[in-house]
Amino acid sequence: MSVLVDKNTRVIVQGITGHQGSFHAGEMIKFGTKVVAGVSPGKGGSKFQDLDVYDTVAEAMKLSPDATMISVPAPYVKDAAFEAIDHGIKIVYILTEHVPFHDTMEIVHQARRKGITLIGPNGPGITSPFLCKIGIMPNQIFKEGDVAVASRSGTLTYEIVEAITRNGFGESTVIGLGGDPVVGLTFIDVLKMFEEDERTKKIVLVGEIGGNNEERAAEYIKKHVSKKVVAYITGRSAPPGKRMGHAGAIIEKGVGTAESKIKAFNSAGVKVADYPWDIPGLLR
Amino acid sequence: MGKEIFRKYGIPVPDGYVVESASGVKKFDKPVVIKSQILLGGRGKSGGIKFAKSQADLDSGVKELLGSKIRNLTVSKVLVEEMLDIKKEIYVSIALNRAERVPMVIASSSGGVEIESVPEDKIFKTLVDPLIGYSDYIGREATNFLKLEPAIAAQFRSILSNLYRVFEKEDCELVEINPLVITGSGKLIAADAKVVMDSDSMFRHKEINIVDTEKTPLELEAQGKGYSFVELDGNIGVIANGAGLTMATLDALTLHKGKPRNFLDLGGTDNVDTVVNAFELVMKADPKAILVNIFGGVTKCDTVANGIVAAKDRLKISKPIVVRLSGVHEDEGRAILKNDGIEAFSTMLPAIERVAQIAGGN
Repeated sequence: MSVLVDKNTRVIVQGITGHQGSFHAGEMIKFGTKVVAGVSPGKGGSKFQDLDVYDTVAEAMKLSPDATMISVPAPYVKDAAFEAIDHGIKIVYILTEHVPFHDTMEIVHQARRKGITLIGPNGPGITSPFLCKIGIMPNQIFKEGDVAVASRSGTLTYEIVEAITRNGFGESTVIGLGGDPVVGLTFIDVLKMFEEDERTKKIVLVGEIGGNNEERAAEYIKKHVSKKVVAYITGRSAPPGKRMGHAGAIIEKGVGTAESKIKAFNSAGVKVADYPWDIPGLLR
Repeated sequence: MGKEIFRKYGIPVPDGYVVESASGVKKFDKPVVIKSQILLGGRGKSGGIKFAKSQADLDSGVKELLGSKIRNLTVSKVLVEEMLDIKKEIYVSIALNRAERVPMVIASSSGGVEIESVPEDKIFKTLVDPLIGYSDYIGREATNFLKLEPAIAAQFRSILSNLYRVFEKEDCELVEINPLVITGSGKLIAADAKVVMDSDSMFRHKEINIVDTEKTPLELEAQGKGYSFVELDGNIGVIANGAGLTMATLDALTLHKGKPRNFLDLGGTDNVDTVVNAFELVMKADPKAILVNIFGGVTKCDTVANGIVAAKDRLKISKPIVVRLSGVHEDEGRAILKNDGIEAFSTMLPAIERVAQIAGGN
């Protein structure tokens, strides 16, 4: 068993008939993911490749999905997430960017009440080569291996995963937490999973400015993580008070600086790379 | 604007009116404060506030402030507001607690100063379950902590409950009353109102048209065109894809003594015009050289290459362009650029070194 997903994980895609939903559902199938159905309100009865498309998650439940990818416009995300959570789908991943954080707060707490894992919003999803991919990470950058990666970014994650693969390592599980100020998973949540995971031997954390997720992770690592952890933090040249692309990437009233995060990791014995391409060297 | 929202939700604010020209000034009947209406903190320090104890003070104060400049912004409106008889100033706010992912109520009996400067043991903090929302016990705990006398405490609880409604219904990141004034006659009045809304929620607040005055004109133009764009003070224009990779590009440039002129996240696109429009924005910032850093996925390298060639042609760009392409369709992209005399690197480091060297040569 890998982290959260494996080759038996059955996945549905909410918003499968949309531009993003259909493209990424196709890529997930190519990767080897067991996509079992799609849901698109109003498109019930149509097909995606050889899969049935339903109007509601309720109908798709007969295929016993374990996970869902939600790729619907931001105003509809809360409803789609509640639909999945209320039907008890164990893993809910939200791809959509620009979800109001008040909606995400409610989704986070409803998921917590029902014991459901929420990944995202506004992140690239989860990939365990080559067992399962739920999300939008490019298929060709992965190799099976023992390095687990958790990140707050998308493209930067691919950059680092590609460097890991090119340097002779491989990945056990890669999780994108999402670039919003409110997301389902924290670094601590995934560190717990990586520490328990038998496939994982080394851990890479890719953090960025904003909030104190990294500082809390550093405290947790000191006490609870025995595996090797290395990190990269981006945004060290960012001016305070400016949102750097991600809604969550902002230094507010002195909180969330790169210096603070790097210092916290160093004090936990976690080496922090100056550049993304230095990560493989730190894994040696 | 914050005070209009407060009034709508039943939070007491000082009596007052907004004027846009000196002719709008009403007859003086009590001491007033004249406040420049710009969306900026620190008005007092910049001279945007005047006090008036007579009709003459009021007329001259309004005339002086209208048309004046505060940090490059022209004051076109002023607020004339009753001067409060301040007995004591306290503090209350509701903000997102990112770590716990819940709203947090903060209150203190020390108002009128930055809350960060108040000792922790003088601050009341409590987390609210977003699915349950506000309950009256939170107000009782707060007034107990603040040791307010009963008549004031009752007003405080009503204000806090209404403030939570503002936070929730208006999709706020922060609602803050600092100071919340206790007047000589025992009334609680919000002397200031800070309301910061979540820009991602604007689809359900269509009546509100927020102009972010923290943004530069070029940043506003970029926002209108759908780009995440931040102006910086260097000389290297930057176009990359993904917020994280773009930040990492700026960081790497800075460590190599390069000075980025901007942050521009191209996002996930497969459209040549998106690339051309990005170049147009960056060119307006007049950089010495431009760095394009692409890790292809949803954004294909050949699309970006075609965009670079089209931008050079359509915008007549003669400044050096340094490109890094990696990922989906990188070979095709590199061939397109080579045809146009542009060499594309496959990794970040040499591209960073090259552009930093070009831009640093003065």
